[in-house]
Formats: sequence, structure tokens, C-alpha cells
Amino acid sequence: MSSDVRFTDFKSDKQPTWCPGCGDFGTMNGMMKALAETGNNPDETFIVAGIGCSGKIGTYMHSYALHGVHGRALPVGIGVKLANQDLEVMVAGGDGDGYSIGAGHFIHAVRRNVDMTYVVMDNRIYGLTKGQFSPTSREDFETSTSPEGTHQQPVNPKALALSAGATFIAQTFSSDSQRHTELVKQAIEHDGFGFVNVYSPCVTFNDVDTYDYFRDAIVDLDEEDHDPGNFDQAKDKILDSEKEYIGVLYQDDDSVPYGERMGLEGSMADIPDGAPEDATDLVREFY
Amino acid sequence: MHEDLNWAIGGEAGDGIDSTGKIFARALSRAGRHVYTSKDFASRIRGGYTAYKIRTSVDRVESVVDRLDILIALTERTIDENLDELHEGSVIIYDGEQTTMQDVEIPEGMIGLPVPLKDLGEEAGGAIMRNVVALGAACEVSNFPIENLDEALEKRFGDKGQAIVDNNKEAARLGQEYVREEFDAETDYDLECTDEDYVLLNGDEAIGMGAIAAGCRFYAGYPITPATDVMEYLTGRIEEYGGAVVQAEDELSAINLALGGARAGARAMTATSGPGIDLMTETFGLIATTETPLVIANVMRSGPSTGMPTKQEQGDLEQMLYGGHGEIPRFVLAPTTVAECFHKTVEAFNLAEKYQIPVYLTADLAMAVTEQTYDPDEFDMDAVEVDRGKVVDEAEVDEWLDEKGRFRPHAATEDGISPRAFPGTIDGAHMTTGLEHDELGRRTEEEDVRVDQVDKRQRKVETAQEREEWDYREFGDPDADTLVISWGSNEGAMREAIEFLEADGPDVRFISVPYIFPRPDLTEEVAAAEEVIVVECNATGQFADLVEHDTLTRVRRVNKYTGVRYKADELAEEIRSAVADMEATA
Ligand SMILES: Cc1ncc(C[n+]2csc(CCOP(=O)(O)OP(=O)(O)O)c2C)c(N)n1
Ligand code: SF4
Repeated sequence: MSSDVRFTDFKSDKQPTWCPGCGDFGTMNGMMKALAETGNNPDETFIVAGIGCSGKIGTYMHSYALHGVHGRALPVGIGVKLANQDLEVMVAGGDGDGYSIGAGHFIHAVRRNVDMTYVVMDNRIYGLTKGQFSPTSREDFETSTSPEGTHQQPVNPKALALSAGATFIAQTFSSDSQRHTELVKQAIEHDGFGFVNVYSPCVTFNDVDTYDYFRDAIVDLDEEDHDPGNFDQAKDKILDSEKEYIGVLYQDDDSVPYGERMGLEGSMADIPDGAPEDATDLVREFY
Repeated sequence: MHEDLNWAIGGEAGDGIDSTGKIFARALSRAGRHVYTSKDFASRIRGGYTAYKIRTSVDRVESVVDRLDILIALTERTIDENLDELHEGSVIIYDGEQTTMQDVEIPEGMIGLPVPLKDLGEEAGGAIMRNVVALGAACEVSNFPIENLDEALEKRFGDKGQAIVDNNKEAARLGQEYVREEFDAETDYDLECTDEDYVLLNGDEAIGMGAIAAGCRFYAGYPITPATDVMEYLTGRIEEYGGAVVQAEDELSAINLALGGARAGARAMTATSGPGIDLMTETFGLIATTETPLVIANVMRSGPSTGMPTKQEQGDLEQMLYGGHGEIPRFVLAPTTVAECFHKTVEAFNLAEKYQIPVYLTADLAMAVTEQTYDPDEFDMDAVEVDRGKVVDEAEVDEWLDEKGRFRPHAATEDGISPRAFPGTIDGAHMTTGLEHDELGRRTEEEDVRVDQVDKRQRKVETAQEREEWDYREFGDPDADTLVISWGSNEGAMREAIEFLEADGPDVRFISVPYIFPRPDLTEEVAAAEEVIVVECNATGQFADLVEHDTLTRVRRVNKYTGVRYKADELAEEIRSAVADMEATA
């Protein structure tokens, strides 16, 4: 069945309402292609979307999906995957959703290393609420709630992930469709938590981190002789604040996902229509 | 002479009080005696003090009383803490060799038995066994055959090896012999054994066992007293049935993990207490709106805020009924005994799935973390039925597709219940969202669709009200003028209070209500009574408000919010004086 799946099968018939030119179009197209090209199909895929412009992705794609509350997409995705190891699980949301209100879950999702993919559409702004600064905004970024800059450091999500024990960290750019798709595919195929931060520009509220800015600043790790298996190299690239790298920054080939460590298999949905056969043993334990 | 015996061991936190108490409770249970336990976690005077108390009888015991017959005091303070309950003839076992205990003064009329607990423990193999020495001494004082301890010691120490078990058995015997030889402590206490086989468990364990029996396979939680026992029970057991327990980073995560598990088709649950419920509340609305079946156990403790974490209270009723923004359909179940914790858990899972709705299952501290004996037949696994509701498989999915072949997870059916397709079901792919949505689960703000969806979610509740039985449990004299109503764990104390009142108090009809929403309509019962009293462990009378609302009748409120559960004799007195007062003013 998987061989006949085309990426448009992952598209719903709902027309996106994103602003024309929004980076999220490219981000989503790459995700759909990556899912199809890795042999997945919508009926066995579960997408969890955060709240934000980015979170609308759950509506525009076709699969099993939940659009939950702000910042809690990762735990939902983890719950889905642990309860059914046979599903392909992808979580997607904004930088506010993932690194601000949901930051606590991000660290723990990374260290738990569940076999799933997390795509963050990082536009360095709060889009849906119309242009307040976000956790990845630069310190001098002026917005409605930071008229003189944010007075605080931006968060470095890739560094957070690396220090939390990530097994896969990639950075992509939504308008580099081919490379973005390829990297999301690698994240899907990774045995563990595939974390992809996507530069996904907001054309309406962010006039600093624009397509032009990224095109100039981006350096592809493929041209840098970077070894993603080398932790120190990864660390150096991730902490380099001068450049915006795209590619796989870090990958641990020995990663063993949480589900496997827990000995989980298949789906937990199948249960008997009464108590399990030997359930009386549970009562006997209390003698 | 004494029908019931009240026994306690107390000392500092870290003295192994809880596990020693449990050993004795188990020994009594194995000897065919009924046991009802309670715990003092914290001092009335200052922190650190803890005690494990056992009320035991050949007959069922369902409550604590204000009396202590045998006390093992590992510290002098333990005696001070219990002065109110100790009486003439009470026996106090303590280690007179301890420098801190040398000058202990045993109150007049009580029998002090200084036993060198630590020294005898060392003789048996280690000072750590001093508590078990004390258990042996207590066996002698209460004429309880020491062999009964052996099985409990094996259960407790079996995994540490036979040598440790044997040392502990020896320690108990040294304690017993010491008392036999050194004292001529003639007491009336006689712990008679029977051939009955009982199980000993607490409410949290009953909830955990009920969950596994009901097919719950996914549990996510964050530790919090007094709900942690549920998670600890499930850990190591649920895996045997193909399930998993996840310790989340916080309750926000816990409930969203559980939600994910449920969306994937697993029977899922989380358990927490007040502060955790606060954190879960935003997601609670999401669960209801997305029509996801989920069981959320709220093991209540004293609030608000951190309140008194190890103390009894029934203060979260309104939180569970009304918590969350917007209007959230939900069920709230409140088992009234430890055994009911098991049965209501099974029921909660069935209700959650049949009506695709979040279900609060609430226990309170008094029954959640204290052990009680039961006939094992009370937990009849053959009687457990699993009803998953309107789950559609591949063959049935077609019936629920729209004209464009899209699955309708929120189809506005006549009974309000929509089809449910688990991920992996071919052609069932669908989304859902916490935004108001149409039948397809997609965002909408169209007025008529909004109204349709609100109505269909409400209709499910009405369907449940019609189809299910929302009964109460009844005790006492059905024709009595005085009607007492309570919810949650007060049932045990109230049932025994009725026995106290039989001698010289008013006749009482007692209704114990295990359903908060939907709940039984008590209009007729209230109308038939002269006096109506609602008993609960909170300050404002949250359930009394509901009864008044439902029956349009003023009720008398009997409330306790000291942090300590009702004792049967105390509650009898409360009822007696409430009735006298009401009659006087009538
Ligand atoms: C608990 C809660 N607080 C606040 C909001 C309002 N809110 C919605 S989206 C959002 C920020 C979105 O930013 P981001 O995650 O970066 O996504 P974007 O819109 O930029 O894609 C906020 C603050 C909310 N929905 N829920
Ligand atoms: S506001 Fe920004 S993030 Fe939102 S849709 Fe428009 S361009 Fe995209």
C-alpha cells in the first residue's frame, strides 16, 4: 500500500489560511513529502499540532490528528506513540508553543527519546497573536510588547536539545524545499526523537528574520565537512552564533528509543471484553 | 471483653512505622480478623511524628474510634500525641533502655511495658529489627498467636532472603518471651483468630487493580500524596498486561500523555490530587471537547494551595463539577468504600468510553492510603465487563463517511454519541481539535454548527442519565424521621455511628451517594424525612449545596475540616446533637 501513497494523500481538502508567502506552506509541503517518501500512509500516521499559526497544520494535512492546547503537543504525541508503537507520530508547532509555554515538555521529550518526529516552525515571533516577541527573538527585536527590544537572550533550542541528551538534531529552511524534505525524512527514519527546527519566516510580523536574511546567513553543513556523529563538532556548530547552519547537526547512531527500552510492542487498544484471564492473581496478592 | 481492639505504633518519620504497622495489619488479616487502618502523618504538636493505627475485630470494622488500647511508642512524644485516645488499662510498649525513653512517665492507670527493643533486635541480628521485637511483645500482650506474624514477615522480607526472614521471626519471639518472663501483665485483650481468608488493601490499590481489570493499559502521572500509590501499584503490574506507566515531568504533561494514549485507542488514565487537578484543568476541557474517553482519579487532600498534604478533606467537589472555562460535560464518580474504589474504577472506564467523555473518579485520603480487609469475593474478576462503546472497525467505518468519503468523528447522532475510529483503521483518518469544530473535527465558528455540537455533547450526558443507573447506597432504618446523607469515605464511619445510635440515639436512615454528576434525585427521600443532615469533610458543605439545589429544601450541615476523618463515635455524637438541636428549634 505504501508504494502508492503520494504526498498529496497527506493533504486535506481544507485550504490554508496562512498569509501568502508564510514559511509554513513550505514547511508543511516538506513534511507531507517526507511522510509519503518514507512509506507512511495517512491512516497509520498521527499528527499532533500545537497552537499558533503553525498549529493549523493539523487541519491542512490529512491523517489522524489532534490539535490540542497551547504548549502541550509533545506529551500528546508521546502518549499516542507509546500506546501504539505501529503508528508514525509527528508533532508540529511554533517556537512559542515549543520553547516558551511548552519548554518544559521539550527538554523531557528530548531526553525520553521516543521514536517520533518533532518539527518546530521557528519564525522568531508570535504570529497568531499578531506579533509579540517569542523565545527565539533576538534581544534587540522590537515588537508590540518589546518596543525597545526584549532585554533578554534568545533561547538556543538546539543547544537545549544537545544538553538534554538529544539523539537527532537538524535545522532546515522552509523555502529550501528539497533539503527540508530530505532532513525531515532523516528525522522520521531516525530511531528515536527526531528534532527538526525549521526556519519558517513570518512575512507579516517579522521584518528582521526574513527570507532574504536567511538566504544570506544560511550555511549548509553538507558543504562544511561536518560529522553529525561527533558531539564536539555538533556543539561548536550549535553554539556558533554567527551563522545559521542547516543540515543534521547531531545524530547518535546508537540511539535506542524509549518504547524499545520499555519493551513496548504494537497497540494497547486491544483488550479483552472482561478482566484479563489471570486477574484474580491480582486479588490474591493482597492476602 | 473488648469486641474491637485499637492498636498503634508511632514514632518519628523514618522509623519504619508504616511498614511495621502494615506487617501487623497483614498478620491480623491472615488470622481471619477484620482490620481498618489509619495513619497519623504529622504531628498536632510539631513535625516528624507519624503513627500507623489499626482497629481490628472479628466482625467488620469500617471506621476508627476515639480509643487506643495498645500503643507501641518508639518516642516519648508518641505517648503525648495519643493521650486523648489512651485510657485506663491501655498498654504502652516502649524501649526503657533508650536514653530518650528512660524517664518516660506512664500515665496513671495505664500499663507501661519497658522492653529493650533495640538490644533484643541486636540479639536477633540487628537493631533495625527493634520494631519487630515490639510486634512480638504486642502479640504476647494481646494473646495473639505469634505464628500469624510469620507469614506477614515472609511477605515483607521474602525478597531479602530466608536469613533475614528468620532473623525477623526470631526478633518477634524474643519480644514475646521478654514480656512473658518479665511482666505479669494481665490484660483482657484477646485477639481471637478465625478461619476466614481476607485480603488487605487500600483505596489507591483498589483503583489500580480496578484499572487493570478494566483494561487500562496506559497510565501517566506525576507523584503527589495521596495519589501516588495508584501509580506505584500499576508500575510493575500493568506491564504484565502489555501496558505502561509513564512518570511525567508535571501534571500538564501527565494528562496530555494520557490524552494521547486514549486517542491512540488505549484505555488510559491519570491520577493526582488537588494541585495536580488545577494544572490539568485546561486540558480537561480539551478532552471533553474532543470527546476523548479518559479517567482522571482525584485523590483528595486538604487544600487550598498546598494545604495539608497528608490530611483528609473533601474540598474539591466543586472543582471537579465546575472546574475549567466554558461549559464542560463530564461525569464525577465518588466511591464510598475501598471495595467500591475497585468497582467504580471499572465503571468509570466503561462510562468514559461509552459516552466519550472525561470521568473524574474521586477518592479521599481517608480511604485512599489506609488498608482495610475484605472478603476476596468482593473483587470478583469474572463480573468485570468491558464496554468500549461505539468503536467502529474497518468494516463499519463506511457507514460514517460523509459524501466526500471523510470520517465524521463528531457526527451529531440522535443519542449524541459519535463513532470512534482508532488510528490505524483504514479510511478512518480524521482530526479533532479543542477549537469548536464540525462533524469532521475541523474548526468552525458557524452558529448552527456550534449549536449542533454543543447540543450533541450535552445530549450524550442526557443519554447517560437515562441509560445508566445513578443509584445510592442505603443503610439504617428506611422509615426513620432523620435522614443522613453523605458522600465519599464517610460511609464507614456513618454506618458504625448508626450502631452507636441504636442504643440511645435517634433512628437514622442513611443514604451514601457515590455519584456526584450525574447523581440520584433525592427529592422524595428528602421530602419524606423530618430532619435532613448532610455529612461531609469540608467547611462549606459543597454536597449539601447540591442537595438543597436539587430538592429545594434546607438541610442541616455537619462538617469536619480539621484534616482528620470522622470517627464513628464522634460522628454519632454530632448526629445526636444536630437532631436534638433541630427538634428544639422546630
Ligand atoms: C494558555 C494559552 N495562553 C495563550 C494563548 C494565546 N496564544 C495562542 S498562539 C500563541 C503564540 C503562538 O506563537 P508560536 O507558537 O510561535 O506560533 P506561531 O503563531 O508563530 O506559528 C499564544 C500566546 C493560548 N492559546 N493559550
Ligand atoms: S502571521 Fe506570520 S506566521 Fe502567521 S500565517 Fe501570517 S505569515 Fe504565517
